[in-house]
Amino acid sequence: MILAWLILLPFAGGLLAWLAASRGDAWPRWISLIALLAELAALAVLWAGFARGGSLAAPGRWLSELDLSWIPALGARFHLALDGVGLLMLLLTTFLGIIAVVASWEGIGYRTGFFHFNLLWILAAISGVFLAVDLFLFYFFWELMLMPLYFIIGIWGHENRVYATLKFFIFTQASSLVMLVAILGLYFVHGRASGNYTFDYLKLLGTPMSSFTEMALMLGFFIAFAVKLPVLPLHSWLPDAHTEAPTAGSVHLAGLVLKVGAFGMLRFLIPLFPHAASDFSPLAMTLAVAGILYGALLAFTQTDLKRMVAYTSISHMGFVLLGVFAWNQLALEGAVIVMIAHGVSTGALFVIAGDLQDRIHSRDIDRMGGLWSMMPRMGGAALLFALASLGLPGLGNFVGEFLVLLGAYQASIPLAVLASLGFIVSTVYALWLVQGVFLGVNRRKLRLPDYNLRESAVMAALIVVITALGLYPQPVLNTARGAIKKLSGYAAGYHRPHKADPGAQPGPVAGVRRQGGGS
Amino acid sequence: MLRLLFLIPFFPFAGFAALALGGRRLGRRAAVVGAGSVGLSALATLVLSAAFLISPPRGYAYTQTLWTWMKVGGFAPGISLYLDALSLVMVLVISIVSFLIHVYSGSFMSAGEGRRFFAYMNLFVGFMLTLVLADNLVLLYLGWEGVGLCSYLLIGFWYKDAANGRAARKAFIVTRVGDTSMAIGLFLLFARLGTLDIQELLRLASAHWQAGSGLAVAAALLLLGGALGKSAQLPLQTWLPDAMAGPTPVSALIHAATMVTAGVYLIARTNVLFSLAPHVRLLVAVIGAVTLLLAGFSALVQRDIKRVLAYSTISQVGYMFLALGVGAWSAAIFHFMTHAFFKALLFLAAGVVIKSLADEHDMFRMGGLRKQLPLAFWTFLAGAASLSALPLITAGFYSKDLILWDAWSSASGSGWLWAAGLAGAFLTSIYTFRMVFLTFFGRARARAGSLPGFSIKAPLVALAALSLAGGFVEAPGVPLLSRFLHHALPPFKQAAGIGAGAQLVFEVIAAAASLAGIYLAYQLFLRRPAGAGALAASSAGGLLHRWWFSGWGFDWFYDHGFVLPYSWLARAGRSDLPDLAFTGAARLAAAAGRLLGRTQTGRTRWYAAGIAAGAIIILLLTVN
Repeated sequence: MILAWLILLPFAGGLLAWLAASRGDAWPRWISLIALLAELAALAVLWAGFARGGSLAAPGRWLSELDLSWIPALGARFHLALDGVGLLMLLLTTFLGIIAVVASWEGIGYRTGFFHFNLLWILAAISGVFLAVDLFLFYFFWELMLMPLYFIIGIWGHENRVYATLKFFIFTQASSLVMLVAILGLYFVHGRASGNYTFDYLKLLGTPMSSFTEMALMLGFFIAFAVKLPVLPLHSWLPDAHTEAPTAGSVHLAGLVLKVGAFGMLRFLIPLFPHAASDFSPLAMTLAVAGILYGALLAFTQTDLKRMVAYTSISHMGFVLLGVFAWNQLALEGAVIVMIAHGVSTGALFVIAGDLQDRIHSRDIDRMGGLWSMMPRMGGAALLFALASLGLPGLGNFVGEFLVLLGAYQASIPLAVLASLGFIVSTVYALWLVQGVFLGVNRRKLRLPDYNLRESAVMAALIVVITALGLYPQPVLNTARGAIKKLSGYAAGYHRPHKADPGAQPGPVAGVRRQGGGS
Repeated sequence: MLRLLFLIPFFPFAGFAALALGGRRLGRRAAVVGAGSVGLSALATLVLSAAFLISPPRGYAYTQTLWTWMKVGGFAPGISLYLDALSLVMVLVISIVSFLIHVYSGSFMSAGEGRRFFAYMNLFVGFMLTLVLADNLVLLYLGWEGVGLCSYLLIGFWYKDAANGRAARKAFIVTRVGDTSMAIGLFLLFARLGTLDIQELLRLASAHWQAGSGLAVAAALLLLGGALGKSAQLPLQTWLPDAMAGPTPVSALIHAATMVTAGVYLIARTNVLFSLAPHVRLLVAVIGAVTLLLAGFSALVQRDIKRVLAYSTISQVGYMFLALGVGAWSAAIFHFMTHAFFKALLFLAAGVVIKSLADEHDMFRMGGLRKQLPLAFWTFLAGAASLSALPLITAGFYSKDLILWDAWSSASGSGWLWAAGLAGAFLTSIYTFRMVFLTFFGRARARAGSLPGFSIKAPLVALAALSLAGGFVEAPGVPLLSRFLHHALPPFKQAAGIGAGAQLVFEVIAAAASLAGIYLAYQLFLRRPAGAGALAASSAGGLLHRWWFSGWGFDWFYDHGFVLPYSWLARAGRSDLPDLAFTGAARLAAAAGRLLGRTQTGRTRWYAAGIAAGAIIILLLTVN
């Protein structure tokens, strides 16, 4: 039952925040904060319990499950289940939710109640996505996520928000409909073959179908997930949406909405369609590498700070896609780390961009420069997260990207080598960001206040997480491991791209294959 | 006792944390925290060295695992430190030289910038010590990237000047190219050998790989890429001269004594891989030889005293690569040590000169400073003598002479490598004493302002003493250092049939080259400076002069080959081409909508005509 509460808590908090808005602007803020802190506390207690009880390590079982009857006529059930990766995603969701609430404590000046309602409903819906194991329920939460986000960008966004919301909505909605068709397709294929019409993920696993059907259905899922992730060339809604969204919206987009795409591939796409996915994997991995390099290239040339950070997102999420389709233990655990580290580091950069916009009412890098001398705290935080972006060891992103590349190298050497060039191009944009905003001369003679206590606290929390993830990621890796083993078991038909090396030697090499195999 | 090993990198990191979080309250005490933490680290190193020497651990190596960094399947690098003869020598030199430079910086840097400066410097020392103490390649990579970061931060320390920012970015990006090659090397090593623990890896490599096998060659080449970037060797040397934009103590510490020799350490550390790939090892020697010559020529024509020293550093690290390439592992480490002493000294003494002349870098506007800055002069002279390998009384003589002899006598050496090294030695003493004569002799062209205080003088004197006497740890006949290093590095293999008497002849030749260079510098730059000017003014001379001055045109090549095309590509694609397809589709839909909207005219006869036309078309279709 705890799983339902995890979703209901932000739902109820959101409603309460909206209702309480008539009592003053402070009410929704405090209600949201308290609701999310309670959620985080509940998750932490759960996590500690699982870790102590040893259930994280046991593969093949859910950590917690809730299966209620919902729409029997359709074979849809209210079926929630939690595994390690889901737990990590919920922790990330709640953590970034708190960051978003505190970061927009002063920035949102009108309709605060409705704002926080939307904020919390996004979190609730995303939590649902991470928990649902009934495809109908999954789709329900998937769609539920969109509306509040649409409002957040559309109402509290910047100058060009109408264009951005429309674009965002069309991209996501159109791709979601393709997934709906694929879900229904799978439903009928399975129903016809077995006589049991159900949306239950566990029952749909291993549905027998022709390779053409499997490929078509897999692509239907892929398109929806690829738009969210985003995968080149379906990424172009993202820079606009990110740029126009208010800070909290950008944090949610980058930190969470992008993650549901990756999570969907991990949990649904590859386990449900292992053969088609493995046929498709060379193309997917190529797109991933293209995204890594392309995002970094375009980030370098942007003059709008938020747009620049948005393009870095495309680059980072390329590592996730690469890791998912390389599908071995190193790459998958790396992909999970990248998902979390990217959420934290990119979220932090968006918060910084938002704080700058609050101060100078511009996102134009050409109008900034030399801000370090006035704002060393902000500058230091921005430097640290820029370094996280370029993959500096000791910070979280490095651990994830290194593991992904280590795993990808065993799947495809040329693609891993090309992806490694991401280290170079990310350096170019990250240093350019720091230079453009904080170094050089303050030509416009801006006089700005440095971070106050609230803003410093937000940054401190983000810095602690990204550093802990960089220096001691083991708790996270341990949490993800059982889930990844379980998924690998489901996707036994997925033959990760192998390359036969002529110079292969016996002995230690065989050992590597076994360790890296992940199954 | 050795369990205290972790303290060596811990103190500088703690110093960084205190400085970063301490806020403005620290004030002048920032220098005390900064130098103090490194001092504690040096002290810990001395105590540990004594303990190591008095009761050596089993196998002459000690590993301390602090915690497991990440464990995924068989991949489990630890935050683990490894102390053996090689890392002990490195740590000793690094911590002591760092401490002296920190003391010097306490009065060199102004009070307002002290906190940030010492924070970055302490962070650097922490990463550098981690790099040399790492027991696995992933942790080594952490230190490797960390020192690169601090190098970037400190080159661009005076961030208001855009040129400094450019130099800093260039340094970071160029070295990152090398680092990426190294990272790919790590992927390959792990995929093939299943571990990145250095000692285990080397054991497995020699057990499973044939000498000259493709994998060994690829692994050695990829690691070499990393070493070339960090150590500013061809073709990735271009960042180092520009790195002189940083404060002088930074140039002394990072860009002379420690970080730029990280590549030398990496190759020495993974020497087994390079021995398994003899062609790559030969390549290391050739790169070293070519680099030392090219950089020597460039040093000859610079006007900026710090740029002379920068090219000189590239050139001297070239000697170390030459030594590594011929399998003279301990000679390379020996030269690293003496170079750390005398090059740090030269930079620090040059810093005194630059500061006293109100930030004047141009040697042609100095001159005659011998009398005004006697201490700077004498210590600089000691460093210059050591750099030029003045026979018998300087440390540089012993280390360079050893490399030259080894380049000739090694089983994998050759006369060509020796000749290149000898020519380099001749060049070295010319450009070094050109520097001495232009700066301290001749007509005084400027008046020295501020004079150095005690905390600047003391490190200079200490380093001068080390630059002169430091070579006796490896005097011919009493090779203390290499005997000690043989616990960690394979012995030097001499070619068959080389007599002991030959060594004396070669020493005399090397000494003669050094003295001849000094004499030529004296003739060209002190006795008749007009002659050198005329040489540079002649058309051929002028061309060479410009070519050498610009560092052989590498910058031009990289700008046009990489930087400009990349910027062009980024600008050209700025509007995100795939997006054009989507916005195009949107425009098409809008246009089609407008077009069809036109048909909604509101006139009945148009609608009637439309209905009629439609009916006819449907009829025709059904009839057929």
